[in-house]
Amino acid sequence: MTTAPSVPAPDAAVARRPGSVRLLWLLVVVAALVALMAASVVVGSRDVGWSDVVAALGGSSDTIGQAAATKRIPRTLLAVVVGAALGLSGAVMQGVTRNPLADPGVLGINMGASLAVVVGIAWFGLFSATAIVWTAIVGAAGAAVFVYAVGSLGRGGATPLKLALAGTATSAALVSFITAIALPRGDIAESVQSWEIGGVGGATFDAIGTVLPFLLVGFAVSLLSARSLNSLALGDELAAGLGERVVLARGTAALGSVLLCGAATAVAGPIGFVGLVVPHLCRLLVGVDHRWLLPFSAIAGGCLLTASDIVGRIVARPSELDVGIVTALIGAPFFISIVRRQKVREL
Amino acid sequence: MTATHSLAAEALTLGYGDRTVIDELDLVVPPGRITAIVGANACGKSTLLRSMSRLLAPRGGQVLLDGKAVHRLPAKELARTLGLLPQSPIAPEGITVADLVGRGRHPHQGVFTRWRREDDEAVAAALEATQTTTLADRPVDELSGGQRQRVWIAMALAQQTDLLLLDEPTTFLDVAHQVEVLDLLTDLNRARGTTVVMVLHDLNMAARYADHLVALAAGRVHAAGTPEDVLTEDHVRAVFGLDSRVIVDPTSERPLMLPIGRHHMAAAAPRDVVRQVG
Amino acid sequence: MTAVAAPRPATVDAVARGRTRRAARRRLVVAVLAVLVVAAFAASLMIGQTFYPPGDVLRVVLGQDVPGASFTVGRLRLPRAVLAVVAGLSFGLAGVTFQTMLRNPLASPDVIGITSGASAAAAFAIVFLGWSGTAVSVTAIVAALGVAVLMYTLAFTDGVAGTRLILIGIGIAAMSKSITSYVLSKAGAWDFAEALRWLTGSLNGTTWGATVPALLALVVLGPLLLVLTRDLSGLQLGDDTASALGIRVERTRITAIVGAVGLLAFATAACGPIAFVSFLAGPIAARIVGPNGSLLVPAALVGALLVLVADLVGQFALGTRFPVGVVTGVLGAPYLIYLIVRTNRAGGSL
Repeated sequence: MTTAPSVPAPDAAVARRPGSVRLLWLLVVVAALVALMAASVVVGSRDVGWSDVVAALGGSSDTIGQAAATKRIPRTLLAVVVGAALGLSGAVMQGVTRNPLADPGVLGINMGASLAVVVGIAWFGLFSATAIVWTAIVGAAGAAVFVYAVGSLGRGGATPLKLALAGTATSAALVSFITAIALPRGDIAESVQSWEIGGVGGATFDAIGTVLPFLLVGFAVSLLSARSLNSLALGDELAAGLGERVVLARGTAALGSVLLCGAATAVAGPIGFVGLVVPHLCRLLVGVDHRWLLPFSAIAGGCLLTASDIVGRIVARPSELDVGIVTALIGAPFFISIVRRQKVREL
Repeated sequence: MTATHSLAAEALTLGYGDRTVIDELDLVVPPGRITAIVGANACGKSTLLRSMSRLLAPRGGQVLLDGKAVHRLPAKELARTLGLLPQSPIAPEGITVADLVGRGRHPHQGVFTRWRREDDEAVAAALEATQTTTLADRPVDELSGGQRQRVWIAMALAQQTDLLLLDEPTTFLDVAHQVEVLDLLTDLNRARGTTVVMVLHDLNMAARYADHLVALAAGRVHAAGTPEDVLTEDHVRAVFGLDSRVIVDPTSERPLMLPIGRHHMAAAAPRDVVRQVG
Repeated sequence: MTAVAAPRPATVDAVARGRTRRAARRRLVVAVLAVLVVAAFAASLMIGQTFYPPGDVLRVVLGQDVPGASFTVGRLRLPRAVLAVVAGLSFGLAGVTFQTMLRNPLASPDVIGITSGASAAAAFAIVFLGWSGTAVSVTAIVAALGVAVLMYTLAFTDGVAGTRLILIGIGIAAMSKSITSYVLSKAGAWDFAEALRWLTGSLNGTTWGATVPALLALVVLGPLLLVLTRDLSGLQLGDDTASALGIRVERTRITAIVGAVGLLAFATAACGPIAFVSFLAGPIAARIVGPNGSLLVPAALVGALLVLVADLVGQFALGTRFPVGVVTGVLGAPYLIYLIVRTNRAGGSL
């Protein structure tokens, strides 16, 4: 689809949300994020008292509670950062492709990053954390370009159906390759398994530190492309008519989005549906202006992933449910409801 | 021999979701003639046609084929009497013309029936009638728009029905191919007495080719009758909200509608019309 | 019917000749495929750590006692090879049924979540409930039917739109896969190889107990789908045209779904969702047969051949013993992508 903007047309009232309402929502979302972060440190297979949390923040890990909190603090930070990256990445991707179903998971981009990392580990003895991040980003970019190219061939361009099918098929293919590579390598099979389901359980400050530079660049590039995405939403031809350099704008925005989801996958494995759900919810709150939508999606993404992580810890006590499983269980019904709302000819 | 099957709608009400499209509509299709249904966009023309061929169940009222409600007739029995060519039928990738036309034999075949000589004859007759014999072994994908439409009509012909319903058979065709398709349908009607009912977009084509015109507006029949009765300036204004002049087409002596807009008015144009519009 | 100008005999003959020619090609393809399936079946009985000549194998199959071979061939290789054939036929037949019905080669049950639903349920029954045998099969079929019904209900607004059904299936597939992953991560001892059975499918350790239910399902449901052949071909022309040809569209679709889902579920309960077989069989068959005529039988045979050959390759051709699903997955992936590219470029069915 090259002409009509197909990302959900909001009713005019939503599109013209007054700034004050948006600011109010912003406060609400930020407050929610803070509350969830606090809860994430406290709640788990063992609930931790506030005194222990404070002590752990001070670097102490003398009691069991303090030790638990010490592990949960980086975990919480990671969930927030990864969630924000995925939420923002999804919002940008939906804008770039003008496609309501675009999401790093649905489009198979996460799996591209995973395969690249697995290949790196299994065949090239990749160890250093930075190298893994680079590899993941290259893999994500490769998968993104591939899926978009395949999905936009033929009549009608990248329709939701074609993109989703291309993404699903590519993911399935990539998973097969991951399995085939990992299977003969008993030594790495266990660590490879974590590349098929995303999780934030093993977070460390070191890991966060490694991906942070990539994520920061990604955040910056993505947020700066908000204005171009607003023009692109009107269709390529109209955007060009408004003086937008379409190819450059798209390329930049896509680069930001790929950086974000590649780096997120590198540190947390493939986590699906955050990038799908979050922008849709945010559009309901703040409308379709990307200058609001993008930062909101980032914050709300952090909220969603932190909340999913908490849920994963509560429902499966005393063990845990990987956050990638939780987001899939929450996200897939959401995906279905979006599909149901779309008119058939728009699919 | 002329067709004896009668098709009629009685107090027919149709809709999608909570929207009513056709509201207690009565309609009688004259047997052995060509009927064209016209009306503004989204007035329910195609919906009506779909319901007349059992594709859409009525909310109220019924469609009667020889006095029996079509929605209660066995599917194959109906399909041997009434054929439908939908607006955008789908040709499976790579299928050849002969095979596609052969699919029209479905209602005449059972699960275990073998292909019989009469099936081949029906296909051959359909190909000849639509002048597609030479295309028989070509894949449908490779045909031009006009050829493809003839092939689809051939498929409907192979079904050997006395009634043929067509939903906008001329859309996406240029004017030469439109005339070709409508001429073909007229041939069929004259040679075999097939009753043809079609939804048409183009009023002038409809007036030219139909024996019986039905103009729909607001989910009801606004006017029905001969083209001369239906295609009048008053009816066009009522149905389309458009001012027009209707003259007699010198070629066919059927009515010909000329739309009047707000511009390009020659001095000779009737002043009252211009005032009314402006 | 009304008087029709009789067609010229030459045209009738030409039509008849063309039809016969196409039918002959289809029969030839079916015959060749059947021979290949039998050959691959025989090969998988003979080849292994010990090679047994055809004579020994035949005697074992006929029930005679052959020292050594009776155990290896009769107890180990025969159930495995039979399941390979049964599962291949089932996956192929069910896959092409879905593809024909939804008019989209990518709408195969492994893409739209039916196999993954069955697999998730089977894994759940085994790991959490400690069930085995028939109970697992029943769980799988209930889940697969549940997924199909759910999908159908969710996609239903004034009739089912194929595109919506496919997208909803993709959503359900994602959920089922994450459930499988969860179940497997809870399995007592994490056995990657065993887990692969439920992720990509495997024939390792096949017994008659697993094979027989799948075989019975094929015997019952296979003919049901074959009877639908003509109606399914009609559905290819679009719901409206099919209906105009006297096909009960919804009834045909529901019968086909029930039949195909049953086949898939029983096969999946026996050997897991062997990756891409139900997806690949139809398009490969279409390639060989050409576009005319039904693909059901050729696709079933292609499915069987795929599973047999992939299992042989997985067992003996590579350094490591790979489960069959990994082999079909890796072989299938490039073809899958090629197919998407080709379909999209043609602008056809997508």
